[in-house]
Amino acid sequence: MARDQHDYDDIPGTYVFDQERSRQGFGINMFCMSLMKDDNRKAFKANEAEYLKKFNLTPEQTEAILKRDYNRMLELGGNIYFTAKLGATDGHSFRHLAAVMTGSSQEDYANMMLAGGRSVEGNRSKSGKVAKPAKAAKKPAKQPAKAKSKTKTRSKSRSKRG
Amino acid sequence: MARIIAGVSSSHVPAIGAAIDNKQTEEPYWKRVFSGFEKSKEWMAQTKPDVVILIYNDHASAFSVEMVPTFALGCAAEFPPADEGWGPRPVPVVKGHPQLAAHIAQSVILDEFDITVVNKMEVDHGLTVPMNLLFGSPKEWPCPVIPLAVNVVLYPPPTGHRCFMLGRAIRKAVESYPEDLRVVVFGTGGMSHQISGPRAGLINSKFDKAFLDNLSKDPKKLTRIPHIEYMREAGAEGIEMVMWLVMRGALDDKVDEVYRFYTVPASNTAVGHIILEPHRRAAKKSAGKAKKSAGKMKRAAARVKIDRVRS
Repeated sequence: MARDQHDYDDIPGTYVFDQERSRQGFGINMFCMSLMKDDNRKAFKANEAEYLKKFNLTPEQTEAILKRDYNRMLELGGNIYFTAKLGATDGHSFRHLAAVMTGSSQEDYANMMLAGGRSVEGNRSKSGKVAKPAKAAKKPAKQPAKAKSKTKTRSKSRSKRG
Repeated sequence: MARIIAGVSSSHVPAIGAAIDNKQTEEPYWKRVFSGFEKSKEWMAQTKPDVVILIYNDHASAFSVEMVPTFALGCAAEFPPADEGWGPRPVPVVKGHPQLAAHIAQSVILDEFDITVVNKMEVDHGLTVPMNLLFGSPKEWPCPVIPLAVNVVLYPPPTGHRCFMLGRAIRKAVESYPEDLRVVVFGTGGMSHQISGPRAGLINSKFDKAFLDNLSKDPKKLTRIPHIEYMREAGAEGIEMVMWLVMRGALDDKVDEVYRFYTVPASNTAVGHIILEPHRRAAKKSAGKAKKSAGKMKRAAARVKIDRVRS
């Protein structure tokens, strides 16, 4: 069954951990959670494919884990706070995971963060429908002009890398 | 009567905790972050709350995917620091305030907030990092803490409006507690950040600064921000900022901004921090009112006297 489409599926480079992904990814996340115990970490490291059989994973999920394809894990229902435990089991810092997920080197990622992070400009929408921040949600229509100017100007200094 | 004397918001970046634990706070990268909390620590040392209610989220430590409570109130006598994969953080065990927590649970559920009562729970960096930032690293935390864990991991988290209204209900609960306690409410998490997927590293200072401005002056505007806007503008994990609205809901509509700090980055995250107190002029005004009414009473008493003399 195809995944229901949601407004947030239009955000580029983002796999929102929603109810459907949570249902689908239960095994991935329970596997990651099991790595909080040292005995389990050892058992996993000794024979990864064998250890994964305990978690009722689909072949795609198993493959994503064995290949350490972190984006695919997220797409198939993994959540970052859980998959980070797999990274830690491998002895990797979070920066390593970030570099893998963003397809950059750790150094480039770190430099991007130091320069102010990834800009939201050009990163709001896959479809291009949302190129600007939403006008501040206004109900009793008080000073909409002011709210608008606040969200429109500045931020030219920020790095647009990544 | 217990009362809420201030609200504090702060990011709870795990790397800040690691920097404290590994004694890196003097390194230039981290000094930039920690120096922003020096004034806050002084403020806290003077404020000396009797209890802290700390709104945060668990990061796959106490709650896995087996159970995901939307609002979980810590009613236990103590909350040990969780092992997040590197051993528990070397911070004191968090002591709870079971009596006040039980009172809050009873009150907010009858106010139609169907929270989960938690009588055994470990707490992770989401709670302990803001404690360090405001209280430093003492041997024992100076006051009891009531943790309120909010689900912001599994979409959808509660709406900003719901969080704000829960803050209102918590305030009502606190103010109906008979003991004279001075309570500070912490809202933690945020600000803009995304740590998952190819868009990881997203920061939006413009969004954050507008959020801080409105948190002081027009919080109701913030309660209308839909989830999609948090995620699109402030990153998938930036949605944590709804937790700040629980804190804000627990304060008066009008507040004084005592202090604010903002810096980018701490690892993947924009660090934001604000301290809000009840509006002072309002206090003066009510004092003025008291004077006025005292004057009225004097005049009335004088009239009675005159009447007596006349009769």
